[in-house]
Amino acid sequence: MLAPGPRTTVQDTGRPGWAGIGVTRSGAADRPSAALANRLVGNPGSAAVLEVTAGGLRVRAGRALLVALTGAPAPTDVDGRAAPWNAPLPLPAGAVLTLGTPSAGLRSYLAVRGGIDVPEVLGSRSTDTLSGLGPAPLRAGDRLPVGPPGADQPVVDVAPVAPPGRPVVLRVLPGPRRDWLAPEAWAALTTAEWTVAPASDRVGLRLAGPALVRAREGELASEGLVPGALQVPPDGAPVLFLVDHPVTGGYPVLAVVVTDDLPAAGQVRPGDVLRFRA
Amino acid sequence: MPDHGAVSEVGGVERVVAYGDRAVLLEADPVAVPGLRAALAAAPLPGQRDLVPAARTLLVVLDRPPTDRDLAVLRRLRPAATSAAGAAGHLEVPVVFDGPDLGDVAAGTGRSVEDLVAALTSTRLTVAFGGFAPGFGYLTGLPPELHVARRPTPRTRVPAGSVGLAGAYAGIYPRESPGGWQLVGRTDLVLFDVDRDPPALLVPGTTVALRAVG
Repeated sequence: MLAPGPRTTVQDTGRPGWAGIGVTRSGAADRPSAALANRLVGNPGSAAVLEVTAGGLRVRAGRALLVALTGAPAPTDVDGRAAPWNAPLPLPAGAVLTLGTPSAGLRSYLAVRGGIDVPEVLGSRSTDTLSGLGPAPLRAGDRLPVGPPGADQPVVDVAPVAPPGRPVVLRVLPGPRRDWLAPEAWAALTTAEWTVAPASDRVGLRLAGPALVRAREGELASEGLVPGALQVPPDGAPVLFLVDHPVTGGYPVLAVVVTDDLPAAGQVRPGDVLRFRA
Repeated sequence: MPDHGAVSEVGGVERVVAYGDRAVLLEADPVAVPGLRAALAAAPLPGQRDLVPAARTLLVVLDRPPTDRDLAVLRRLRPAATSAAGAAGHLEVPVVFDGPDLGDVAAGTGRSVEDLVAALTSTRLTVAFGGFAPGFGYLTGLPPELHVARRPTPRTRVPAGSVGLAGAYAGIYPRESPGGWQLVGRTDLVLFDVDRDPPALLVPGTTVALRAVG
């Protein structure tokens, strides 16, 4: 690891099944992109990859490796030569791979044939940025172990991938506590434009737009959360939870983003404009 | 199902609420939540991925959209027996009662420090649910006269092992973190260790007794 950019973490499909002891699932924020990167290098879907946030990655291959890049597309070169995306990419030993800043989207994925072989914590290699489980975010100078290649050979030469749409539109279902908000809140949520605030991360997107007004006072007892839950704190500015969400929360959930649209939610950047469609 | 006579109305699922396209939220009496969780842990729905018990709800997370059949099963769900020392076990927690809020809590509940410690160590607590941090358990069972408000201003740094009270709950901080609970003591017990099996000592259903030491 020569440079991790603003933030690079190790991610896989996360650690489901531990919510009862306060551990959230975590895992890659854009699951299909991480899965595609693994498939391109012949890895099983459970292999760990690098999740690169806002580009800026520079890594050197310790030996000859087969890698693939997916997710937010960024200008990329290997020792000064432009390198393809969404395709298997052989790196000779000592080659330096450099990612610029993504032209669209936020999170890029780098899979290595054999997988990133850091130790598992509770059955997963993912960094949970909320609780600190899993490997620490990567720093310059870190050396990443690569596992042995599996039996499967890479079979895809290039995978066609549609560029992310603009503006991002996320489909929502009514949440379990829609009745805690004023009747206008649902209409406001699904018609207004929402700007993603800077304090957004893998835990959640903080959104700026019209204030969503409560219909009832009082405190809701904390209850379970899912990725895609849109919670409304007392100030009326909603938080859309992503993969490192807390397992429970005490503010009403007005809406829940459909599972198929969560990868797109994982690709929006601070400053982007979002819409929600009922 | 054949009718075997009167079924207790206590502890069933009060309401089944849709929660996105992969989860269902069950509302129930707080007393029934641990038993409902135990019932689904013992006989999971197909594709059941996680259970998130909380104060008055149980969130059932699936790896597929819930069906009408799931909803029917969940509406009929009955709590499984969670005996006093059920499968989750019992834990004795050695506590040094010297917390910074011990005096305030004693005064606020109208008793001496000695009486407060006696009341806390004679109470059988149960882990109702987790959620604040890995390994944290919300402990229920405090008598109403020991329910105290959170501190008006949370502390920015509460040491690992701190034993605190807030509302109807007692809790032990598994690691250093900010926190607003009233701190009455501390324990050396390591509540959460990913290299241990099981990693958390306080899983839902565990019964807990605080024991005064040192």
